Amino acid sequence: MAAKARTRPKQVEAPGGEPADTLREYYERMSLVRAFELRSSEMYARAKIGGYCHLNLGEEATVVGLMAAIETRDYLFTGYRDHGYALLRGLSPERVMAELFGKSTGISGGRGGSMHLFDSESRLFGGYGIVGGQIPPATGVALGLTYQQKPGPDAAAVMCLLGDGTTNIGAFHESLNLAGLWHLPIVYVIVNNGLGMGTTVEKAAAEPDLYKRGASYRIPGVRVDGDDVLAVRDAAREALQQARESRQPVLLEVMCYRLRGHSVVDPARYRSAEDTTIAQDSDPVPAFRAQLIAAGVLSETDAAAIDADAEARTTAAVTFADESPEPHPDDLFKYVYATSVANAPSALPGEPVMDAL
Amino acid sequence: MSPQQTLATGTAVRAPESLTMAAALNAAIRDAMVDDPTVVLFGEDVGPLGGVFRVTDGLYAEFGETRVSDSPLAEAGIVGTAIGMAMYGLRPVVEMQFDAFSYPAFQQIVSHVAKMRNRTRGKIPLPIVIRIPYAGDIGGVEHHSDSSEAYWTATPGLTVVSPSNPADAYSMLREAIASDDPVIFMEPKSRYWSKASLALPVQTEPLNRAVVLREGTDVTLIAYGPTVKTALATAEQAAIEGLSIEVIDLRSLSPFDDETVGASVQKTGRAAIVHEAAQFGGYGAEVAARLTERNFFYLAAPILRITGFDIPYPSPKLEEYFLPTPDRILAALSTWEWS
Repeated sequence: MAAKARTRPKQVEAPGGEPADTLREYYERMSLVRAFELRSSEMYARAKIGGYCHLNLGEEATVVGLMAAIETRDYLFTGYRDHGYALLRGLSPERVMAELFGKSTGISGGRGGSMHLFDSESRLFGGYGIVGGQIPPATGVALGLTYQQKPGPDAAAVMCLLGDGTTNIGAFHESLNLAGLWHLPIVYVIVNNGLGMGTTVEKAAAEPDLYKRGASYRIPGVRVDGDDVLAVRDAAREALQQARESRQPVLLEVMCYRLRGHSVVDPARYRSAEDTTIAQDSDPVPAFRAQLIAAGVLSETDAAAIDADAEARTTAAVTFADESPEPHPDDLFKYVYATSVANAPSALPGEPVMDAL
Repeated sequence: MSPQQTLATGTAVRAPESLTMAAALNAAIRDAMVDDPTVVLFGEDVGPLGGVFRVTDGLYAEFGETRVSDSPLAEAGIVGTAIGMAMYGLRPVVEMQFDAFSYPAFQQIVSHVAKMRNRTRGKIPLPIVIRIPYAGDIGGVEHHSDSSEAYWTATPGLTVVSPSNPADAYSMLREAIASDDPVIFMEPKSRYWSKASLALPVQTEPLNRAVVLREGTDVTLIAYGPTVKTALATAEQAAIEGLSIEVIDLRSLSPFDDETVGASVQKTGRAAIVHEAAQFGGYGAEVAARLTERNFFYLAAPILRITGFDIPYPSPKLEEYFLPTPDRILAALSTWEWS
């Protein structure tokens, strides 16, 4: 991963010009995502969470920065590493954790699980479990916006998150071409953690400076340090502004580290000890915490209270998920079609499952 | 091509050892690579990681990056590149990481892999193996549990096979790699960790043959891949109730072994097919139609399909209801009139 700027650990510097309340709030959010993800990992190990589970650990500054930049009216698409984004889009930890548990109280009744967190009310349009799946639909929403809205500061835009590995799949290039060609209000955000599962960016991308990959579609690229929550927020805001006011699509590359394996079950043995050390040294959560304490924004006691609160909220989420009812098998047939046109009698709603062929 | 021709003799016989299906597949690729320098391997994270299911574990270390390489996340590119490599004279073995990850490659597989030989009047064969881990019962969701076989079996030009046990996994993969035709090699994920004692290189029945795994007189129960275990358990349970079930492991979905399956159906007069994929338009429909056309006057009852429901693959909490079980199969058989 030689092309990544490995600058951590950083000098402690006062986050100048930011109101203390804002900084405090960002730390609260980072702490919540951290606590939630650590608990998700634990719950997966305890087999409370099934399927596949990918964590935002190490990417908290990126998650918080991006979600601070996006507006309520904007549309959000993500890949499968989506828990933190869902939480900061305003979904309660209880309902997100219940979704991870596959419980009926989850945001999709337990149907989507970890990789498919959808909430149309908050314009979180997923959560996609297959690499690149989100990019054409996100581009489509941006096209839809051009039908119904005029560009301007109050217009909505689309933020489409993707991983570094995703920039190699055809859908990425097809979508960027359309967005560039049709001047769509969309920001594609590459969350570059340096590894597509176990394959490094340098081994997968002929142009490892991924923000440059928009060049052939005349989409400007910006790279920002993903460990710096304010830098991420500002870069994303600027990009969204271009999208909403000028209908200029932007490719924003956020450089961060994944603290652990690709998914909860991946021991990341492809990773060198050195790389793991750098990832841990660059951990944005303790870094931001120390930064705020050094700048006098938080006392050690304040920070500990914030962490304790995040823990408590996560614990409440786990309790809620644990105590929620399991999904009922009758429910299997309920949402496949809007009208009852299923092909086999076994698929008619209401029929007891065990009697069906 | 007889099976004897397909396994090279350069691979020494080893002492029996307990192998998982994943390890047997690994050994098959390894042995094929030792025997044939034109065999190359690539796919997403098949290198140092050894693949998500560790089927390619250790091959990168043994054969190096020239022959075992990680590809970018680009399934159409992976399969398309394999086509070119095969045209050039190599024998690529490529991995689609999960069943539904193969869909971006659909165009390359259906329009080119399947058609090249016919298109060029036999001048350009494509000896490609596309390995696809498929089916569920592992707590995956949707596209990590898909049974995509009917998409491939509906496409002339493709050979579609699925082993159900470690011995077949080894033997069938060796034969698939040695085949001059493109093979969609469907690996049942839930069986990756099933074990058997094998003295490699083991050679089982030819790739295109079905096998009778358990003889019976009353019903022919047809299964493949992940449902073979279910079918055997069903036969076991039925025997207690006095029902004699013959279990057939199809192994090859396309071509279909009419001879073996037909003989069984003519003997028992009743047949049912079990698969995880949805029923409507599924592979079982073809089996039922084909067997009916050829064996109508031997049949005492309509051929049944016990399958996954006609819904997208459900979440982990609900998959136990979706998957065919011995109870569901026996319940289905009890709907026949028995006289």
